[in-house]
Amino acid sequence: MNIRHAKTFLLGALALCFFVSLFSNQINSYWLFIAYDIGINIILAVSLNLINGYTGQFSLGHAGFMAVGAYTAAVITNQFGELNPFLSIAVFLGALLAGGLLAALAGLLVGIPTLRLRGDYLAIVTLGFGEIIRVMFQNMQSVGGARGLSVMHGWTNFFWAFGFAAVTVYVVTALVHSTYGRGFIAVRDDEVAASAMGISTTRYKVTAFVVGAFFAGIAGGLYAHSKQFITPGGFGFMQSIAIVVMVILGGMGNTIGVIIAAILLTLLPEFLRPVAEYRMIIYSLLLIILMLTRPQGLFSLRKSPSK
Amino acid sequence: MTEFLQQLINGLALGSILALIALGYTMVYGILRFINFAHGDIFMLGAFAGFYLAPKVATIFPMPSIGGGLAVMGISMAICAVIGIVIEKLAYRPLRRSPKLTVLITAIGVSLLIEYTCQNDHVFGAAPKSFPAIFPIHHITQLGGLSLNSNQIIVFAVTLILLLALRFIVLKTKIGMAMRALSFNPEAAALMGINTDVVISFTFGLGSALAAAAGILFAVNYPAIDPLMGILPGLKAFVAAVLGGIGNLPGAALGGIIIGVTETLVAGYISSTYRDAIAFGILILILLIKPSGLLGKKEIEKV
Repeated sequence: MNIRHAKTFLLGALALCFFVSLFSNQINSYWLFIAYDIGINIILAVSLNLINGYTGQFSLGHAGFMAVGAYTAAVITNQFGELNPFLSIAVFLGALLAGGLLAALAGLLVGIPTLRLRGDYLAIVTLGFGEIIRVMFQNMQSVGGARGLSVMHGWTNFFWAFGFAAVTVYVVTALVHSTYGRGFIAVRDDEVAASAMGISTTRYKVTAFVVGAFFAGIAGGLYAHSKQFITPGGFGFMQSIAIVVMVILGGMGNTIGVIIAAILLTLLPEFLRPVAEYRMIIYSLLLIILMLTRPQGLFSLRKSPSK
Repeated sequence: MTEFLQQLINGLALGSILALIALGYTMVYGILRFINFAHGDIFMLGAFAGFYLAPKVATIFPMPSIGGGLAVMGISMAICAVIGIVIEKLAYRPLRRSPKLTVLITAIGVSLLIEYTCQNDHVFGAAPKSFPAIFPIHHITQLGGLSLNSNQIIVFAVTLILLLALRFIVLKTKIGMAMRALSFNPEAAALMGINTDVVISFTFGLGSALAAAAGILFAVNYPAIDPLMGILPGLKAFVAAVLGGIGNLPGAALGGIIIGVTETLVAGYISSTYRDAIAFGILILILLIKPSGLLGKKEIEKV
């Protein structure tokens, strides 16, 4: 995606979202909820792509940031009863942003100590952080502990889900293609060379983590207000893996591919329902076969990175 | 004081099991520089192999007995060694020259594949199964109110014997020397005429056998087994390997013991719901303070 078209894309996508959302009551509610899932998964996958794809850091804890956003937003909106439409939009936006900011803070807390690590270590530490966040929510009785938390308002709608997806795509694309953002790709391509050229690799990695976590937090808030019930178990290791699979399938560092993968992988379970018990077996086989034959992802034209 | 000693004994038993798993991680990392995520699942397969073997072995040996238990363990170790070698051959060997990330993702894929295949109703099923008593159980409660059961003694004894055997293999045999050479410098080792594929296969087999033994010992002490039982012990054992200094065998054993004891003490004195977060807390601390691990050497990346 070219940076010059990014702003046009953003405005166009937002207008389209608004337009479609006007007709959303015409859509079967079953498919509408799947559409919300698609929007949320696009946000998650594209934001993780900034960390895993463009910056080359392997994070396995994205669901943890999502959990922070989901719980924060849910706790805030649960303070309010029925509101008039205008006020509810303000409260919802505020709650989502608060969730995103808290998730970004969590990303910063994770990032600073761990981003000196690379590759495997980073993967396992982010996985560990994700688990720690999950265990913390499990022990917080004020938000329901392991029993989960009911979210009173189902405020997520077509416009919010896809509007934020468009914003995420815009921010990630604009960031990566900016002069500043070239640093992310430099860090991915060769960390030693990048730091020799005077790029502060740690700062780039932390930035990627903070921005990625922010959007994961927003996605969490949207998720909470779509499902209206959240449990710590829903933000476990498996959820993180599901997002990682989207990024890998789409091709790391390839936003359009990742968006396609997010859509396909959200729809796939709906079509695999008759063979639901084999779904995860198919996923994992897909992952292995993909790595053995097309490690650059299904929808990537780039040749596989060689090292 | 009695309670503290009691917790210490329980912690040491758990720690010994983690140490056995951690050795597999550290050996593979030492040679191939990647985390074999499927290692925790080999541990699970070891326990399930024991579960299905026990009735068969019971037709030859009288069943809760030391001999019968060790026979079950031995066969299970052999089965898992073969599984480990096959996984390496099919999934990891074709990626020998690929970027590390590719191998890591493949390892996660293998791990998920094993977990979900085993959870299928046509394989093991997701419901927990109760592991049969393969070792005779005696409770000893003399030692000033301390309770020690024979299973814990078996854990200590088996772990000690396996650690000594591993030490012998790595330090005194030809293949052990080849393993050390490979972990020191793979290219130079290959130039010296070491068949690296054979050594890597052997390492995977050895590590998987240790994981299987750990699986049996775990199942004997906590007799509810299910296809996901390997995830947490696997991750904790990895933390143990990092704690001790990854690639360092005594370090992995030491790390396992430290994690096991700390976790049991925290569960006993603070809160049992936080026990699963302890290992990760330790991991983050050690990576902050001494990333090379307690016994590891500092490595500087060179261009």
